[in-house]
Amino acid sequence: MKEKLVMVGNGMAGVRAIEELLKVAPEQYDITIFGSEPYANYNRILLSPVLTGEMALEDIMLNDVDWYKDNGIDLHLNKKVVDIDRRGREVIDEDGQRIPYDRLLIATGSNPFIIPVPGHELEGVIAYRDIADVNYMLDSAKKYKNAVVIGGGLLGLEAANGLKERGMQVTIVHLLDTLMERQLDKASGALLQRSLQDRGLNFLMGVQTESIIGDERVEGVRFADGSEIEADIVVMAVGIRPNIELAQKVGIHCERGIIVNDTMQTYDPRIYAVGECLQHRGATYGLVAPLFEQAKVCANHLAQLGHARYEGSTTSTKLKVTGIDLFSAGDFTGDESTEDIVFQDPTAGVYKKVVLKENKILGAVLYGDTVDGAWYFDLMRNGTDVSDFRESLLFGQAHIGDAGHGETNAAAALPDSAEICGCNGVVKGDIVNAIREKGLFTLDDVRAHTKASSSCGSCTGLVEQILASVVGDYSETPKKKAMCQCTDFTHDEVRKAIVENELKTIPDVMAKMAWKTANGCASCRPALNYYLICAWPGEWDDYQSRFINERAHANIQKDGTYSVVPRIWGGVTNPAELRAIADVADKYNIPTVKITGGQRIDLLGVKKEDLPKVWGDLSRAGFVSGHAYAKGLRTVKTCVGKEWCRFGTQDSTTMGIDLEKMTWGAWAPHKIKLAVSGCPRNCAEATIKDFGVVAVDSGWELHVGGNGGIKVRATDFLCKVVTEAEVLEYCAAFLQLYREEAHYLERTAPWIERVGLSRVKELVVDDEAGRKALAQRFLASQRHMQDDPWKQRAEGACKNEFEPLTAIA
Amino acid sequence: MSLLEIGKLEDIPKLGSRVVRTAQGDIAVFRNSDDEVFALLDICPHKAGPLSQGIVCEHTVTCPLHNWNIDMRSGAACAPDEGKTTAYEVTSKAGVLFLKLPDGAEKVSKPTQTVGS
Repeated sequence: MKEKLVMVGNGMAGVRAIEELLKVAPEQYDITIFGSEPYANYNRILLSPVLTGEMALEDIMLNDVDWYKDNGIDLHLNKKVVDIDRRGREVIDEDGQRIPYDRLLIATGSNPFIIPVPGHELEGVIAYRDIADVNYMLDSAKKYKNAVVIGGGLLGLEAANGLKERGMQVTIVHLLDTLMERQLDKASGALLQRSLQDRGLNFLMGVQTESIIGDERVEGVRFADGSEIEADIVVMAVGIRPNIELAQKVGIHCERGIIVNDTMQTYDPRIYAVGECLQHRGATYGLVAPLFEQAKVCANHLAQLGHARYEGSTTSTKLKVTGIDLFSAGDFTGDESTEDIVFQDPTAGVYKKVVLKENKILGAVLYGDTVDGAWYFDLMRNGTDVSDFRESLLFGQAHIGDAGHGETNAAAALPDSAEICGCNGVVKGDIVNAIREKGLFTLDDVRAHTKASSSCGSCTGLVEQILASVVGDYSETPKKKAMCQCTDFTHDEVRKAIVENELKTIPDVMAKMAWKTANGCASCRPALNYYLICAWPGEWDDYQSRFINERAHANIQKDGTYSVVPRIWGGVTNPAELRAIADVADKYNIPTVKITGGQRIDLLGVKKEDLPKVWGDLSRAGFVSGHAYAKGLRTVKTCVGKEWCRFGTQDSTTMGIDLEKMTWGAWAPHKIKLAVSGCPRNCAEATIKDFGVVAVDSGWELHVGGNGGIKVRATDFLCKVVTEAEVLEYCAAFLQLYREEAHYLERTAPWIERVGLSRVKELVVDDEAGRKALAQRFLASQRHMQDDPWKQRAEGACKNEFEPLTAIA
Repeated sequence: MSLLEIGKLEDIPKLGSRVVRTAQGDIAVFRNSDDEVFALLDICPHKAGPLSQGIVCEHTVTCPLHNWNIDMRSGAACAPDEGKTTAYEVTSKAGVLFLKLPDGAEKVSKPTQTVGS
């Protein structure tokens, strides 16, 4: 017999918990839900667009009555639960009916706080909390003229804006001098107030409500200074309080909210709580993202999986008043120990402030241009040291090398035909439709369904803005980023465990770290394989965990054929090599021969079963693999240097060849490109390479962390050295540090931005012993990497990879 | 329907796949870590990528071109992606694999290509 789960409350957090539960354990419980409103589950965040008329009621329904029916849930709408018999494990509804439970979930949400001033019970004084309130306001707007909203916070401003849109004269009364003082500082609050005034809203700031006047129905509001204004309707939006009435009545421990532990259980372990009604580690929550996180943890525990814990959330805020872009997160007021970086352009209506403490972001307020909100939020929750780019911090992510989203920074104003994701060709309309039709909530949902922001990620800020404009604010809450869905551990934690516990195989790692899947997935397997190759060179390599390009040692093309790029050391070749390449192209009918950007020759369209023969011919002509397919060393681009060039200061070609001989074959978290220029004119474009060398008359300048990819990024200057031997040593040390510390599929550019150039300099430049040790480890690993994989396969290794199993005529 | 011998289980690497050439196109034959064997038309429903070249985990294979996950039992794309490639029945008897094919592809021949010259 199935266990009985009863839920009191039918709001977003609770129903989300049920949805999560049905996903992981659909058959475990008979579920009964009580809701005090006459509606099924709707998106409370979107009441404001309903009030303004931008959306209809049916647009904001999340689960209709049929959903409950389809999932076998016994739904009691318009019915309050008035008591719980904890000993007998029964809930008692307002009709006296008793419903037994094995587990009980309290999701009673919150109640609006009504200031108990005289007159607060008059007809026409309402809160702003549910559909009934919205209907009341819509009705009032048809009959009356003057509205007063008490409370200049998020909710109050949205209510005021809605009533104004519905044709009422609206005055906002706020106790303090700054609107939304919990989310905004003085300057941004003033900007907001000005633009709302421009839209026709009136403000009374710094005034205290003394009473509400009227006989039966509200007629006006009187303030502490004796002044009065007329009012036909008064909306109280001064805050919410966790609804703990029921829990308190039955003796469940409550403070401000119902106290729960990290698995969302109250002091009665059979009784859980999620949502606005609870208090966790001293904090209560009112925004959706943390509530959804709680729902997931609760479902996980109800399903007896027991591996998820809720550890609290940091939240960010966006205002849902169309045309006003506003973002805030964290501590944006600061104190004596913090610093503010501020950008203000009153004419353009843009204000940005980031609060730093010891070069880490504590909080941010953005007004008018919020596209970088997600980025600051990310830097904040990761505790990233921003000292290396603090001078350009306020210009946004675009200015630290990102050429991704260009000038676009206000998604809400874009037409449906505007291309948001350039990688996958997704326009705004596609995203909006998917969000509406498929009921998407999170960035990950949108990525999965539309592919927008799922490739290079430079449009993430825009996608989040679109998401916020369609369904409200569901920004991710800060948590450590798991490697993939197979584990809760981060890349760093996994790498650390591999080294510390001497884990030497993928099954070992998965067993030790309690992987949730039997074989991992296409995302974590290649990452684990690389981490093991890096930690234990020569001891481990799992062929079936390599991405196809590294398994086949060639680049898969869109038609399933492969490309072959032989290594041309430093880009220097000769007639014999060129003839050999030409002969191969002829012999195997290779359709396209192309010069690459890395000074090599690409043979495109080779059939897989021809690869070993092509490699055999190339190998006999003296070529080795160019690793153009590898997460590893690709090319070393050079200019002709002082041997030919009248400006050349050093022999850049030989330097490049020496570097390539040292580094070829190295596997890395991502591809690595090198270049050596013979003078500061930099014809080899060394300053957009992972490791770039620029010759000067007195030696060599070393540059790191550049690339010409999705986010064009010029290198950072590492240091200057004098001899060729030093160039090699610094290069080996730098690459080894990158190999040991970067996350799989993280190029040197984002890696340096994450860990900071200062740290790289400290370990590679300042610490001589450390540098030499790094370089030694690189060279030791290289001893296992420089067997040419093409030659081995041409000689018959890994035959199964290239031959069909059989052929049926 | 015809039942065709296509090779031995041990010829396919664990968590890997091999291709069977047929008149109707390539068929990818997969083996998972529990030695279950599956066969799919070697064409991803998304953009026709060769599924045989993908990474195999439990009951899914990930297409190497754009990371769609395909259920090897049914050939269907895993949610939220939508699409389906043809799945074929394949059985193993004493380590020998047999592929069940619709009629019109009976004759089995040796691989036409050999490697290692």
